[in-house]
Amino acid sequence: MRLEQPDGRGRFGAYGGAFAPETLMPALAELESAFVDAWADPAFHRDLERLLTTYVGRPTPVYHAERLSEELGLHLYLKREDLAHTGAHKINNTIAQVLLTTRMGKPRVIAETGAGQHGVATATACALFGLDCVVYMGEKDIERQALNVYRMRLLGAEVIPVTSGAGTLKDAVSAALRDWVASVGDTHYVIGSVVGPHPFPWMVREFQKVIGEELRNQLDGSPGSPTPDIIVAPVGGGSNAMGIFYPYAGDEGVRLVGVEAAGFGIRTGKHGASLGEGSPGVLHGAMTYLLQDRHGQVLEAHSISAGLDYPGVGPEHAYFKDEGLVEYASVTDDDAVVAFHRLSRTEGIIPALESAHGLAWIVEHAAELSGATVVLNLSGRGDKDVQQVAAMYD
Amino acid sequence: MSESGIDRLASLFAEARAEGRAVLLPYLTAGIPSVDASVELFKAMADAGADGFEVGIPYADPLMDGPVIMEAGETALARGVTVAVALEVVMRVVEATGKPVLAMTYVNPVLRRGIDTFFGEVAAAGACGVIIADLPADEAEPFTDAARAAGIGLVLFVAPTTDDERLKTILEADPAFVYAVAEVGVTGERDTTSVNSATLAARIRERSNVPIVFGVGISTPAQARAAARHGDGVIVGTAIVRKVLEASSADVAAEQLSAFVRALCASVHSNNA
Repeated sequence: MRLEQPDGRGRFGAYGGAFAPETLMPALAELESAFVDAWADPAFHRDLERLLTTYVGRPTPVYHAERLSEELGLHLYLKREDLAHTGAHKINNTIAQVLLTTRMGKPRVIAETGAGQHGVATATACALFGLDCVVYMGEKDIERQALNVYRMRLLGAEVIPVTSGAGTLKDAVSAALRDWVASVGDTHYVIGSVVGPHPFPWMVREFQKVIGEELRNQLDGSPGSPTPDIIVAPVGGGSNAMGIFYPYAGDEGVRLVGVEAAGFGIRTGKHGASLGEGSPGVLHGAMTYLLQDRHGQVLEAHSISAGLDYPGVGPEHAYFKDEGLVEYASVTDDDAVVAFHRLSRTEGIIPALESAHGLAWIVEHAAELSGATVVLNLSGRGDKDVQQVAAMYD
Repeated sequence: MSESGIDRLASLFAEARAEGRAVLLPYLTAGIPSVDASVELFKAMADAGADGFEVGIPYADPLMDGPVIMEAGETALARGVTVAVALEVVMRVVEATGKPVLAMTYVNPVLRRGIDTFFGEVAAAGACGVIIADLPADEAEPFTDAARAAGIGLVLFVAPTTDDERLKTILEADPAFVYAVAEVGVTGERDTTSVNSATLAARIRERSNVPIVFGVGISTPAQARAAARHGDGVIVGTAIVRKVLEASSADVAAEQLSAFVRALCASVHSNNA
């Protein structure tokens, strides 16, 4: 069963909660009450709605990818989050959280970023509202996402390289949380996915569910607008997937598939499939599935896609997995890159490598999905990945 | 051992209160610079007057720790200091010093081991209690139960940001002592002396007689003296770990820790009255 909201302790079934240093707990409570208050306030919704329409460019279109549909023998629709301002779904969450930050009267914002999309989206929202913005980014990601680093700086944000661990998304989240432990009085942490301690997973889901709600209106069963048989989305932390799945979770007749990163291949151990291969534990303040060794040390994930290179996942996805509301599969780096090329050449759309994972799963299962109406959440555009793919494969 | 861990902790604070002084509880990550050497370092600190210890069980994602303790944890993990190895250090420190020892770690290694199993093993190693940096009172119940069953204490945190309602919840959970966070931030050295200790101690004292131990951001004898004036004890971690990480050899580290702990003790043990 889909939960409207987590229980009083921030739990989705056995998952979620708030495992955070005491110093942060009052700020989490303050955030929860500020969010509940704002979310019940028509004025907040009015302000957010206006920004989503005139600044972000919502609703994003649903595009019928006819050439690729024909090749695959199914009806493929793309939910074009890549066309949202800054090029990914991340802006839905950052605009809302930064609006909330101004409501809480905090002048400074921190964020973590993996691929850089959330960092850019946060820097953008902060520029719009005139807030100070600091983005933590793993040094390995800084290297592979140089363009986004420059964009963040252009927008006035300070990008701080994180050198601990493997220098990827997990370490960036940890660094941001450490900053927040010290700066909690005047700073809001704009977390980039449905992860972290309560109330973040719930709040970010509420801010992202606009994707699925729009899709319901856009593919509503009227002539020329078939309802989806299956909705596919990539899952790293899981915010784009949660955004498109949540309004459909529990619906009869709609199959939901989340696609994790299989990296070099599940058997190599170098992947980001927390739901597929992980086990329950606590990471970044929440009980969820994570990649860990037998001593409870969190393992490094691997994916060609920085946004999927994360050893944990949002706790509500863990709940969805156990409840059987969503299937979770995985796709390798190589297959994602093939799909990246294929969408570019067939439809003239360069997808983010994250989104390419979703497409690769559809391609792999095309025979089984023959004739079905399939929606892919095209969570972001691939400009940021072009250099990396060029260097590795061409 | 006849006395339970929780009783030994209670005696430690009761005796110190009777003598009108506070206690010094140095922190060091287990297995730094090596397993054998870390046991020797704890022994050197005991000889220099430390009243008890926190032995850090290394964790790869320590959200409450600054760069120094993070580095110590990463180094220890790279050298194979698992929970089992760290508990062996705990046992040897208890044997070598006879002082009360607390095991400090994060939630996930405890969950992985199994909460009850972990607390049982900590008790079997001779420790008196457990400190878990990312365990707030709200999630503490199964841990509190396991601690009680094992006869050892669970320590809970109070921060300068903790409001009255949370403070009530924390005190109702009946912690072995309150780890009072002296500075808003992660562990690490600060130039200033905390202005929070007095206020925080007063707010706790109004409601409970539970022992108060200050930690986070205390790295000099002057800071330790200021904190000790308002509490039952002081935890010093980063400054000690840094000396060990930077020392050219384990012997040099032992000499430095002896001198440093002696200076800290002179501050912390001086009569508060």
